[in-house]
Order: sequence, then C-alpha cells, then structure tokens
Amino acid sequence: MRTEYDVAVVGGGLLGSAIAWGLGRLGKSVAVLDEGDIAKRASRANFALVWVQSKGLGMPAYTVWTVRASHAWRRLASELKQQTGLDVALQQNGGFHLTLGEDEFGQRTELVKRMHNQVGAADYKMEMFSASEVKKSLPLIGPEVSGGSYCPLDGHVNSLRTFRAFHTGFKAFGIDYFPERPVSAISKDGGEFRLTTPKGELRAAKIVLAAGNANQTLAPMVGLYAPMGPTRGQIVVTERTMPFLPHPLTTIRQTDEGTVMIGDSKEDELDDRALKHSISAVMTDRAQRMFPHLSRLNVVRSWAGIRVMPQDGFPIYDQSETHPGAFVACCHSGVTLASNHAFEIARMVAQGALEPELVGAFSASRFGGAGAANNSGY
Amino acid sequence: MFKRSEQDKRPQVQIFVDGVAVAARQGDTVSAALLASSQDVRRSTAVSGAPRLPYCMMGVCFDCLVTIDGIGNRQGCLVPVAEGMQIEIQKGKREIGR
Repeated sequence: MRTEYDVAVVGGGLLGSAIAWGLGRLGKSVAVLDEGDIAKRASRANFALVWVQSKGLGMPAYTVWTVRASHAWRRLASELKQQTGLDVALQQNGGFHLTLGEDEFGQRTELVKRMHNQVGAADYKMEMFSASEVKKSLPLIGPEVSGGSYCPLDGHVNSLRTFRAFHTGFKAFGIDYFPERPVSAISKDGGEFRLTTPKGELRAAKIVLAAGNANQTLAPMVGLYAPMGPTRGQIVVTERTMPFLPHPLTTIRQTDEGTVMIGDSKEDELDDRALKHSISAVMTDRAQRMFPHLSRLNVVRSWAGIRVMPQDGFPIYDQSETHPGAFVACCHSGVTLASNHAFEIARMVAQGALEPELVGAFSASRFGGAGAANNSGY
Repeated sequence: MFKRSEQDKRPQVQIFVDGVAVAARQGDTVSAALLASSQDVRRSTAVSGAPRLPYCMMGVCFDCLVTIDGIGNRQGCLVPVAEGMQIEIQKGKREIGR
C-alpha cells in the first residue's frame, strides 16, 4: 500500500468522492479513506434531487452557491459520461413543490415572497402556479392539489450511478480508494499530516475532512469546528412504471429506470434499521393525493437512512488556521452541490486556499461557538 | 414447446391472450396456461427490454409478469385462470393507472 499523497480525503461518500474526483482531475495524487459497508452512509439516504428552490432563506450566499451548482451539473454529468461511459441521467427541466389545500398554497406563496425579498440572493426564478397552470405540466395531478411553486433550475439525477461514476473515475485518475479505514487520529508532523487507521498510517500534504456526521469529531483534531449531526429520512419506492411524471417534485420523482420514489421525511429518531410506518403512511398518502394514479402501484421497497445536517442546515467549508492544509467540508445537499465540490472546492484545495468571495459565508465562524437555528429550507 | 398430458381431464376454461381466445384448464395458473398455449408469450423487461418467459413458476423470479384484466405487473404464476380472463403480454414497464 502506497502511503504518501498530495491529498487525503477522509470520507468516500458523495461529498468526499466529488472532491477527490475533482482533485484527481487536476492531476493531484489522492487517497480516499472510507469506512466499511456497515457505515451509516448518508449517500444512501439521499433523494437525488439537484434542487434550488426554497433553499437559502436566511443565508443569501447559499442561494448563489446553489444556483451555481445547478448550472455546473451539466458539465459534471458530461465529464463523467465521457470519462466512465456512465450516464447519470441528469434531468433539469424544472421542478415543482405541490401544495394540497389553500393553507399550504398560502404558506408557499409567502415563502416565495420572502425568498424574492432577500437582499443579495440569487434569482431562483421561482414562481407560484395555480392548480390549472400546474396541470399543463403535470396532467395527472389530483383534485386536492391547490397549486405549487416551480423553479426552472431544479432537476434530479440517478444518484447511485453518480456515486458509481465518481468511483469509476477514481481508477482513471489513479486515485487510491481505501475502504475499512476509519480515521481515529490526525497529527501534523512537519509539513505532513499523518492519519491513523486500523490498517496503518497514511501521510498526505493536505487533508479534506468529508466524513459526514463524523466531521464533528474529526475537525477538532486539526483545529476546525464542524457543528452538525444526523437526522433520519425515509423513502418509499414503487415498482417500475412507464414515464408519467415529466418533472421532479420535492417529495416525488420518477427515476430514469421507471421507479417512483416517495420521500423524504426528516426525523429526530436515529435508528436506521427500522421504519416508522406512521411516517411512510403520511408520505404515501400525500403522494396519492397529489397523483391518484399512484394508488394502483405496488411498493417494492422502503427504507430509513441517516443524513447529514450542519447545525443551521447550510454547508460548512473551512481551512484550519492552526493546521494549514487541513480543510473541512460538510453539507446536507451532497447531490445538488456535487458539481461545486468537484470543480470549485477541489480547485481551492489544490490551490491551498478557500476563496472568500465564493465560500467565505460558509465558514463555521458564523456559529460563534453558540450555534444557530436551522432556517435552511430543509 | 409444452404439450398437455392426455390424461388431463380437467374442464376447459376460455381465456383471452392479447384478444385471442385460448383454451386453458381449470386450476391452471395464468403462466401455465400461457406456456401451454403455443403462442409467443415472451414479455420484455422494464429496463433492458430483454425477452422473458415464466421461469420459477412459484412466485420468486418475477419473469412471468403480465397484465391481467387491466392490471399490470401481476405474477402470472400465482394467479389461477378464470373464464373470460383478459391477459396482455406486457412489453416493458407497467403503465401508471393500469
């Protein structure tokens, strides 16, 4: 096993993989240190949306970052296709958030107004549609749908194939992927980081902590701060069906292979081995009220997964002042932001400094040690 | 490919396969009746479109998926035939609403 690298990325999920792939693309020698198959992988609990609307209330910089990610996704999908032959099935023809009943429609209208009024925020082009306007794009909606918001920048991908494409890309770039190597300690020795794993020590000039919720415990080892924690989400999947849903919704989407995914809850409970049927029942009931035809489909799977959530919901990107060369990257939206991670964060890590004009707002210094309320739109 | 046993004296049941009348026997499963019909009863899969015939005949392999009386993705090997049953050989994915 080779043990010296330009960069060691701690975490082989969607976030770490995107950054590692981006570094490999720039010609860096990269090692990815991952846990084993029993790790609580947030990359398996995602809903695969490349999503813009409603994110960033309370942090205008996040709207700019998210819109940038949405625009960069086509390039990412096309580079992955070219390199690996894998089609990640990116569809970006706009997404809906549907409302049931007049109260929900009113609340959503209010949210759209607040998003529009945010100073310094990117223009989402998010607008409210009446039920009859929605029906022009989504002809199968049910009578309880009161309307919804639409954003032309929204879309979705096949996230499992994206994950696979990154890992296939690792091989082409000569990136070494090491599973079964959770990092238990990090030290700095001269200009070099030393990472302790159960299968030996690894050295790298720079490190990127991209270990999901484990960043919380890893970050302090190199003078960084990553206040975050897990939440649980549940997803219900139906059998494959002929295409019927031409746009993704916040909570319902049809994959390129025909299954319908219904999600995604946000729960405080953290046992990912059990399902709470009262929650699946609400999710599937709402889905059937939005699209009555769904009631005839068979459900083939449902599962619960643990997801990553920075304390206020917004990403955290920082470089350590006490340990230069150590970076931390945390976020909830590992799919949406994958393009930014692959192209921008990787470039900044390679250059050795984060660019304040792009990611300065995401420093954990915003927490001031005291934490912040989650107002992120999740 | 398959021939009915001459000792099989069960009463006939008429079913329709893509609109064509087919003689099945009481107690047949839809898949058994299709295999014995001497018609081309290959469905095609939902992702690759590869052709498939009923295989395990016990509810496990899902290669017998078929549309029965307007409901898609039924496992033909688990459904007994009934007089007048309408069966469609399913090509690709089930349609929403049927």
